Amino acid sequence: MRYNEKELQALSRQPAELAAELGMRGPKKGSVLKRRLVKLVVNFLFYFRTDEAEPVGALLLERCRISQEEPSGFSICFMEDPERKYHFECCSEEQCQEWMGALRRASYEFMRRSLIFYRNEIQKMTGKDPLEQFGISEEARFQLGGLKA
Amino acid sequence: MKLNERSLAFYATCDTPVDNSGFLYKKGGRHAAYHRRWFVLRGNMLFYFEDRASREPVGVIILEGCTVELVEAAEEFAFAVRFAGARARTYVLAAENQAAMEGWVKALSRASFDYLRLVVRELEQQLAAVRAGDCAPPPRRPPALAPKENGCACAVWSAEPPAPGPGPAPAPGPAPGPAPAPAGAASRSRPGPPPPLPPRRRVSEPNGPLHAASFVRLHQQYGQEVRALRSRWLRSRAQP
Repeated sequence: MRYNEKELQALSRQPAELAAELGMRGPKKGSVLKRRLVKLVVNFLFYFRTDEAEPVGALLLERCRISQEEPSGFSICFMEDPERKYHFECCSEEQCQEWMGALRRASYEFMRRSLIFYRNEIQKMTGKDPLEQFGISEEARFQLGGLKA
Repeated sequence: MKLNERSLAFYATCDTPVDNSGFLYKKGGRHAAYHRRWFVLRGNMLFYFEDRASREPVGVIILEGCTVELVEAAEEFAFAVRFAGARARTYVLAAENQAAMEGWVKALSRASFDYLRLVVRELEQQLAAVRAGDCAPPPRRPPALAPKENGCACAVWSAEPPAPGPGPAPAPGPAPGPAPAPAGAASRSRPGPPPPLPPRRRVSEPNGPLHAASFVRLHQQYGQEVRALRSRWLRSRAQP
């Protein structure tokens, strides 16, 4: 699949929601734990060799599940193949919880559901649609019907 | 750079509702021909397929840090997705009619994660203000949404009756103040070997417009730009 790699690289240089050096192990059998600088920017998780400016790779965080892995790590797997896990080792339980929380909130789909939720709540309380002032109340992507389990 | 392309392909073809879809002509390169492709917009990802029935995208355009503009091109109903940077690519696309073009320009210019996050933060503040029963922004960040699938907030605030039409919370000025990031948020510094976390984040590139203005003003500004471009384009079309 073609993608605009240069723009993705530029994105990896943007201010991060969260960044830290973590242990990382890829999904392939026999993968070794490596130290990586891991950086969360919008809905992408970039990972760098600790002394390099360009990322080794990126993970788009849509349709993924974040699970805790004992003792202080977590894994990311994607819905189409839950057995394939990217493992991360944190230095503490606290850091692990922080990352898990941030990653779960990092998807576009999560943001969209939040928007629909807030919109609905504000509308219930004030009788007004808060999206009207932004001129986006008719956008299909923000309709209540878009909420799916 | 490695990318989880298989997951991307599944995201492209999963059965949740898309944000926009349709046939567009895509210019191959600066001097290349247009190819008709089936485009699917999902979130901040613009996928394109060989045709509507294809199982896997030919490619994807990641829509962060781009602007969407009308262009003067030999092709009718053309518009461009332009990225910043010296050697950045500009994607020239063309719709099949005026309505489709306008629909795509609108959808794409609001497709970024950054934009969505701005709107969510704005609504978060508004909801807090409404629940507090007055117009002032909340004294502290509202609690984070529970990290579950459905994104329902904890019902921590007291159940005060809604104020009658309080209006939007006044913008706190440049770079929305206490950014309502999740609890345990990004910019706590930590002891030990890992590098210090970057400063509390700005929502876009340092030179971009998003970091300085209130959201409402920005929205109006973009709206004006789009209207100006459109009327200029219409005028140019009127001339032979």
